[in-house]
Amino acid sequence: MKRLLRWVVALGALLYGRMLRRRREKRERRRIVPAGTPERSAENLVLALLGVATLFAIGFIVAYAEYSPRSLPNELLGICLGMCFLFIAAALAVVAKRLVVTEELEDKYPKVHEEEQLQVAEIVHESGGRITRKRLLMGAGAAAGGALAAALGTPAASLGPVWHTAPLDQSPWRRGKRLVDEDDRPYSADTIEQGSFYTAFPEGADKDRLGAAVVVVRLDPNGLQLPAARATWAPEGIVAYSKICTHAGCAIALYRKPTFPTLEPHAALVCPCHYSTFDPARAGAVIYGPAGRPLPQLPLLIDDAGMMRAGGNFSGPVGPSWWAVRDHKAD
Amino acid sequence: MSARTRLVAVAALVLFVGTGVALAQPQSGIVRPTFEPSAPSVQLGAELYAGNCATCHGIDGSGVSTPRRGAGGVLGAGPPLRRVGALAPDLYLRLGYMPLSSIHSEPESERVLLSDKEIRSLVAYVASLGAGPGIPHPAPSTGGISEGVHLFTEHCAGCHQVLARGGFVTGARVPPLQTVSPTQIAEAVRVGPYLMPRFSAGEISDSQLNSIIKYILSTRHPDNRGGWGIGNIGPIPEGLVAWWIAAPFLLFTCRVLAKRFRG
Repeated sequence: MKRLLRWVVALGALLYGRMLRRRREKRERRRIVPAGTPERSAENLVLALLGVATLFAIGFIVAYAEYSPRSLPNELLGICLGMCFLFIAAALAVVAKRLVVTEELEDKYPKVHEEEQLQVAEIVHESGGRITRKRLLMGAGAAAGGALAAALGTPAASLGPVWHTAPLDQSPWRRGKRLVDEDDRPYSADTIEQGSFYTAFPEGADKDRLGAAVVVVRLDPNGLQLPAARATWAPEGIVAYSKICTHAGCAIALYRKPTFPTLEPHAALVCPCHYSTFDPARAGAVIYGPAGRPLPQLPLLIDDAGMMRAGGNFSGPVGPSWWAVRDHKAD
Repeated sequence: MSARTRLVAVAALVLFVGTGVALAQPQSGIVRPTFEPSAPSVQLGAELYAGNCATCHGIDGSGVSTPRRGAGGVLGAGPPLRRVGALAPDLYLRLGYMPLSSIHSEPESERVLLSDKEIRSLVAYVASLGAGPGIPHPAPSTGGISEGVHLFTEHCAGCHQVLARGGFVTGARVPPLQTVSPTQIAEAVRVGPYLMPRFSAGEISDSQLNSIIKYILSTRHPDNRGGWGIGNIGPIPEGLVAWWIAAPFLLFTCRVLAKRFRG
């Protein structure tokens, strides 16, 4: 411990000595760039521009947090970010044109030389000689940059448990809801044939809701590989999954079914938009394509009259997995 | 050895190996009975079946569930045909889907190797193996295009594309519907060939099927509003064309601007 302290003291002394020497060297050297006349109006302009940029960056964060398709247009996000960049660029342009003292170079650009490199560093340093409120300007720059960084980092919050995601699990499906077709005719178990696929909706619910449509297929019960917790979800081998692709929210409109399973690709639900392919026999697992998570499965029941009914809600949130997903209420 | 003898030897070798290969691959052609009756008959069908189908579909359409070597050492496996009726064989044979060159290949509409008489004989034979659905007789003229486009978009366009130009499903190609007959479309909907799902009359009624067929027939001469259909296969070629025209134009504009500012 003591040894460490000694090291720290030694390092501090070394840095202090270095600083003193730098200062002495600087005082001895004559100016290269003439001291410019301070321009307070330009400084004010830069401060204002950076301030506006900061406000736009904060605006992005607010718009992101408050986004919903009904109240705030998503274009606002792009406008905020774009304007933030625009005002930072304008501020930098004003700094370059009106605050930094410029020096005309008459000779050809000199070859790299150590002494001259030091000179260049000094030129850069002295160029700021016109600025009178250095700290304030630096502060404004840091505020704008920091706000922009925060704005860019904001979407990462969607990954965590910061915002409530309970609405995602809502759907019109309840235990005992009958499965009906597009014309509200209830499905009976024996109308579900192997090799075909059916779109079903919860009885009495709005069919346009994201969580309403399910795709129903009958598979060979011996070929099912559902997790143990879902063992009762597929009576007679009939399974139901959300019809909304978990990638970008297209309808799962393709059912690939083998005529001769021994030699042909096995049954799969395919989304026609980007070819995300899901395995209905293995709880909707993704077997190909850009989808990041399995299709939510709907537990099924067959009642005493032989009609198809839901056994509960979906196994997970319905719909595409993207940043604004929490605002597309499932029910 | 002189040049001429060498040439003759090579020619003989090629001929010998060639015939050997041809003998080892009886599946590349159709095995025909020596005596052919003038009219289609179940008897002719049975003989054609035994020569060309039984390796994969088994004796009397019993099916071969696991791949095994049949006549001529050809690997065979296929679904049973006991209850398929006339519907499926008529579709598969008239499209040229069967006989397959290899059990692992995807059935595709190639050359139809059988004559019409042979097809009718085979269909009659397979239909005689067990009770099954018959060949449908669609009447597309009674359908409605507006209903057809709605149903086609819902049930078919995901794979076959909205103008029935075909496409892909993961693991297989999807055929275009530009050359198939109305009967074949109706058959395919009820059979569900290869990876296509089957649609029963409860899902797509016969009258709805007529509308779908009427729509498919109408896609063969689409109304190209832009003047150029670009294959009628959707946004990708459209985007390509836009970029091939837009990109050079933008580059040209950039150059003009840069020249002006430099000068």
